[in-house]
Amino acid sequence: MSTRTVLTSGDIDRAITRIAHEIVESNHGTKNLILLGIPTRGVLLANRIGQVIQRHYPEFDAVAATGRLDITMYRDDLAKHPTRSVGETAIPAAGIENAVVVLIDDVLYSGRTIRAALDALNDLGRPSVVRLAVLVDRGHRELPIRADFVGKNLPTSRDERINVQLTENDGETSVVIES
Amino acid sequence: MTNLLIQNATLPSGEVADIAIVGEKIVAVGKALAADSAGADATVIDATGLVALPGLVDLHTHLREPGFEQSETIYTGSQSAAAGGFTAVHAMANTSPVQDTAGVVEQVQRLGQEAGYVDVVPVGAVTVGLEGMQLAELGAMANSRARVRVFSDDGKCVHDPVLMRRALEYVKTFGGVIAQHAQEPRLTEGAQMNEGKVSADLGLTGWPAVAEESIIARDVLLAEHVGSRVHICHLSTAGSVDIIRWAKARGINVTAEVTPHHLLLTDELVRSYDAVYKVNPPLRTQEDVLALRAALADGTIDIIATDHAPHPAESKDCEWQAAAFGMLGLEIAASVAQDVLIDSGASDWNRVAAVLSGNPAKIGLLEEQGQPLVAGSIANLTLIDPKAKRVIEHSHSKSDNNPYRGLTLPGAVVHTIYRGYQTVTNGQLAEKGRPNA
Amino acid sequence: MTLKHLLSAGDLDRDTAIAILDIAEEMAGVNSRDIKKLPTLRGKTVVNLFFEDSTRTRISFELAEKRLSADVINFAAKGSSVSKGESLKDTAQTLEAMGTDAVVIRHSASGAAQVLAHSGWINGAIINAGDGTHEHPTQALLDAFTMRRRLHGAASHGKGLDGVKVVIVGDILHSRVARSNLLLLNTLGAEVHMVAPPTLFPVNTSNWNASFHYDFDTALTSVKPDAVMMLRVQGERMNASYFPTEREYSRMWGLNGDRLGLLGESTLIMHPGPMNRGLEISSVAADHKNSTVLEQVANGVSIRMAVLYHLLSGERNHQDD
Repeated sequence: MSTRTVLTSGDIDRAITRIAHEIVESNHGTKNLILLGIPTRGVLLANRIGQVIQRHYPEFDAVAATGRLDITMYRDDLAKHPTRSVGETAIPAAGIENAVVVLIDDVLYSGRTIRAALDALNDLGRPSVVRLAVLVDRGHRELPIRADFVGKNLPTSRDERINVQLTENDGETSVVIES
Repeated sequence: MTNLLIQNATLPSGEVADIAIVGEKIVAVGKALAADSAGADATVIDATGLVALPGLVDLHTHLREPGFEQSETIYTGSQSAAAGGFTAVHAMANTSPVQDTAGVVEQVQRLGQEAGYVDVVPVGAVTVGLEGMQLAELGAMANSRARVRVFSDDGKCVHDPVLMRRALEYVKTFGGVIAQHAQEPRLTEGAQMNEGKVSADLGLTGWPAVAEESIIARDVLLAEHVGSRVHICHLSTAGSVDIIRWAKARGINVTAEVTPHHLLLTDELVRSYDAVYKVNPPLRTQEDVLALRAALADGTIDIIATDHAPHPAESKDCEWQAAAFGMLGLEIAASVAQDVLIDSGASDWNRVAAVLSGNPAKIGLLEEQGQPLVAGSIANLTLIDPKAKRVIEHSHSKSDNNPYRGLTLPGAVVHTIYRGYQTVTNGQLAEKGRPNA
Repeated sequence: MTLKHLLSAGDLDRDTAIAILDIAEEMAGVNSRDIKKLPTLRGKTVVNLFFEDSTRTRISFELAEKRLSADVINFAAKGSSVSKGESLKDTAQTLEAMGTDAVVIRHSASGAAQVLAHSGWINGAIINAGDGTHEHPTQALLDAFTMRRRLHGAASHGKGLDGVKVVIVGDILHSRVARSNLLLLNTLGAEVHMVAPPTLFPVNTSNWNASFHYDFDTALTSVKPDAVMMLRVQGERMNASYFPTEREYSRMWGLNGDRLGLLGESTLIMHPGPMNRGLEISSVAADHKNSTVLEQVANGVSIRMAVLYHLLSGERNHQDD
């Protein structure tokens, strides 16, 4: 098995910063912005992105506007695996009704996780807009889903593994491809 | 009916001998008998390595006929008994109609005779309809062709102390014996299993040991007071053993029986909620099992009696509370006796012969059963291979409520001879019973 | 561990029990939003097989099943083999022929759920909703969930009930709630105390990991419990001489106003319901701010959703027991 680092800690920081700015740019500001991270690493990315936005746009309350959306219950492949444990969902107090919701995840692959996230959002309310930000898009979509904000496009083959590590969870920050 | 020459059997004493059987009788027992000791056309049975016991006698069997033929009939029950090495069984009275009149007991005896596998000796009910209110016509049953000597309301307890006293007194007329099913009814209302640690966990109503022991204590004292003998059915607790021991030391004329299942199985099995383990009196604790095994060896308990209680599948294939009480036992009694008395080193084959044949015949006053294997005795005997190991599966009973299924038990009945007729040959049941004279 | 059935609270090891409580937290979130629905068990069929009347428990399960988008069948079976109704076996085989993924069974015979699960009559998951006086595992789970939420609030996730002192009072002998709670509370690290008249304790509790008291007042003052769980007492027990009169029972073992004064500031007052106000619990206690009776009911739905999710959502190719 060989590994190659495709994003260093510095690369990831710069990507997060760019994504944060792109989010604010496309929204023409920070009004009604809600960041929902998909557990586990999506949540960490959402926190980081929220902090960057708040640093540059102090009217944005990152803590109040960031939440987590666990999509286990909405997965389409539950019956194919042993029972999965369920993560926490925490929606910001303001709710998602009429909000601009940005779903945030670490890797976009088949697109099924995002489809599940859209179903979950549907049961929570009616956002005015839903966008998707991912750190890495590795291709091989199985559903018509695309990301609005991408850290890095990484074409991969199916038998390669992408390993995203974020300091808060894994001790270091990097994106590594194993093949 | 062919004559039989059994060669090289090991007698209960340990001595190896031949046994010659002509017609209904043993004509000779001794080392290396002449080849024609049983006549020229005698069938020769090679009994090398087999233990010869007098035919087993069960003091406590449920043959279910008349009335409950879906579970067992006198015919199928007799077959099961023969397969287990028995040549006589006492058929308990809780049939329908109850065996509480001369007419019914004579019918049961006749059906047993027609089947021809074992002597079926009917037990008479103590009270009419087993209701516990009024004495049944014990005298009529004793004087009938069935010559009833053992009386029992088994299934139920004769709990009214006055009635029990009268019954104990009355049977002295003909030397009969009351066999008590010791169960104080009020203390065991709705009871499902032994009251103890397991019942606490399982949420099943308990059957406390004291409900058995208190009746036994009362009845041995009553027997002493009126000068009668009493027999206690299916002892199941260590406390009951202590009471019997005390009573015998005091000179009270009491005898006691124990079932194979109470010598082997405990209430831990009930954790499965499998109703095959539901029985009355219930399976108890390991301490009780050990006390009963020791008592069988030391003479406190006189006999093994199977309490063979067949039930159809629909009475067992259900939730515990709805299931009937009872287990099969005729075909494993000898194996359990071997386990408790021989393989454990606790006793010897003489004791096995006593608890399975001689003593029950004595208690039931059966003159032609339980006799020693000597010339002149009626030819009722069984030949057992003690080295065999059986995984218990199939049984000849009509029912299948067998708690031993899947267990490996020692010993196997190879041949059973009933009044000179071979009911079991090489482990196979004869297709027909002994032809009647 | 992945369970095939939930027959006894003893089936759950600590990790699994905590996982179920954690999932129930998420389910509680679903139960408080506008659209109380998850697609997770879509296409699965669950049968509520109730041989004993119990509208409350059945409704709780039914809600839980529907909120997970399962198809629900309510089968009120009359009697059992004892009362010459259709036997448990025949009922079960009929359901199996119709095709079910899970059976929630309540029965008056102890062990009925286990007999059903191990009989081979039915292939689906079996959930014990109360079998005779044996067990009621989802009740114990919702009791534990209630305690955990009250004690740890938003920080409940991943926690057990370590060191929590619980006093259970009432007809222990005949209580499936007591037996299930005894097992689950021990698994979660709580300290269990039981209070009852001697007639309402099993004769031999040496196997049980709990402390036993006859005197309610002494138990409260010496243990200083975090939660007091009152069990329903049937007045009819008086006729079998378990206690002389309801009046005496209430005086000695009821949670009345005086005893309320012996409780701590935040001691939880719990009751599985339905309550006999005035017998085992006074109205003052039942309506007290520390009473969890109503939230126990709400939590019941969340817990049952968590149990259904745990048993049914994953792949179902378990080994047969």
